[in-house]
Amino acid sequence: MSELTLIATQIRYEQKSYWRNPSAAFFTFAFPMVLFFIFLSTAGQQNDRSDLGSYVHNGHRVGVKLVQYYSPSILSYAVMSACFLAVALMLVRQREAGILKRMRGTPLPAWAYLGGVIGSSVIVAALLSAVCMLLAVGVYGAWFPIGHLAPLAVTIALAALTFCALGIAVSSLIPNVDSSQAIVNLPYFVLVFISGTYFPISGGLAKVSKDLPLRPMIVSMYKVFDPTNTGGIWDGRDLLVLALWGVASIVFAVRNFRWTPHHS
Amino acid sequence: MSAIVVNDLRKSYGATRAVNGVTFTVNEGECVALLGPNGAGKTTTLEVLEGYLERDGGAVEVLGHDPQHADLEWRSQIGIVLQGTAVDPYLTVRETLTRTAGFYPRPREVDEVIDLVGLREKADSRINKLSGGQQRRLDVAYGIVGNPRLLFLDEPTTGFDPSARRGAWDLVNDLRGLGTTIMLTTHYMDEAQALADNIVVIGAGEVVAEGAPDSLGGRDTAAMLIRFRLPQGVDPASLPIATTLDHHGFCEITTTDDVKVLNTLTSWSIKQRVPLEGLVATRPSLEDIYLSLVGRNLLDGNPTAVNTP
Repeated sequence: MSELTLIATQIRYEQKSYWRNPSAAFFTFAFPMVLFFIFLSTAGQQNDRSDLGSYVHNGHRVGVKLVQYYSPSILSYAVMSACFLAVALMLVRQREAGILKRMRGTPLPAWAYLGGVIGSSVIVAALLSAVCMLLAVGVYGAWFPIGHLAPLAVTIALAALTFCALGIAVSSLIPNVDSSQAIVNLPYFVLVFISGTYFPISGGLAKVSKDLPLRPMIVSMYKVFDPTNTGGIWDGRDLLVLALWGVASIVFAVRNFRWTPHHS
Repeated sequence: MSAIVVNDLRKSYGATRAVNGVTFTVNEGECVALLGPNGAGKTTTLEVLEGYLERDGGAVEVLGHDPQHADLEWRSQIGIVLQGTAVDPYLTVRETLTRTAGFYPRPREVDEVIDLVGLREKADSRINKLSGGQQRRLDVAYGIVGNPRLLFLDEPTTGFDPSARRGAWDLVNDLRGLGTTIMLTTHYMDEAQALADNIVVIGAGEVVAEGAPDSLGGRDTAAMLIRFRLPQGVDPASLPIATTLDHHGFCEITTTDDVKVLNTLTSWSIKQRVPLEGLVATRPSLEDIYLSLVGRNLLDGNPTAVNTP
């Protein structure tokens, strides 16, 4: 069996398992959807006052509609929860149940197993992104030219991979299932808040979060949602930051990944 | 050829010496049982052989390789049935085994394996819908679907009802018939007796005894215990051989000259017309030998026994 077939087979089984666990799938999809409804219904048509969403026109500061900001920000939230949260929690659950130890006892290479987990999560992230885009453009009237699809898709794909790698890295720091929610959720929500997922941010917060993993995804996607953007639609700087986080996570995960449960 | 060679294996967890100089050999095609109380080092020894744990000292060779530096080709020749592991609960029996078979270069037929472990009716059920015993049988199926040369079974029948255990024994004997080398751990003497060519008894991290089930610990040459009761009013002192009385009022004679002693006793009984009620003559069972070898304090779970330097 070739290496690609092996990974494809692993992805197929991970997908089967994923969709048969209704609670995991439900929360991954429901939470961003609920946020989408709340933010876009209440504030979507208001104007953005942050550095990112406003510009100076004839000497006055003018803001673009918040739907242009919330679409990429909630999309980022969705991708992060489908990849980072789901992967970290699932790996801890499987490790502590002894599923990973058992896999380790077979000739399945480690890269094939993790490739399956990553591939399956990227598929979920892609589906979730498609649903978000349909809502944003179809229901809430977000401005999005079809020509901007390539940088959007590349950002989502790169961020999905980076967040999967981050989830794998973090799973090795979590000792058991009971503490996994707490340990994963703390950095997750801090990151979500300081990156401006729930409200547009300016100044100090933006300075702190611009080099952390979530903010670059939002900013990179905002470039293609920004109706006043007259420059390029590719955001090399933020994509590079995302990629660096991905590489650092992989290096950390390779050194610290654990196959056996802590209790034995 | 030797499938497993273990020489002076040592492994500690912190200050606790779990395995303290274990040495044994398993020949290809043999079934060897590792016997010992909880905490004796059985699972630790097995996990070193399986490549899960790094040893602290000694030499280990499994199918010609050091498990610590083994590759995937080596892994593909080994089947492992662990204690307390699991598989993805949302896949079916058939999906799990088909997926696993795909990891191996020369797997068994999935349907054949499902039949071997008796899960045909449950083949399309999800794992989380199986009973505990059925999940254990799936564990065994998972371990053999890759068609291994060497199979490790860590307490394979714990929690089985008697008929399921017989079924598992038949399966292990079938696999042996097909040439698979088997290394198992167990708490059950009858299991070791039924399956193993050779038994290695470990206690407190050391090999206490090693041998075939019928001769382990000198069982075949051990003294015979003869027990019977005399009718009321007959004085044991009138017997031609000195006896001791147990607290149930049975006369007991322990002897290595069993044929002669029995002959003397029964001749006396016929001649004097005094019956020897409930007469039995036994050699120590495998369990008796085992208990004398590992010592009762170990079986009571005395933690100092494990921590003894």
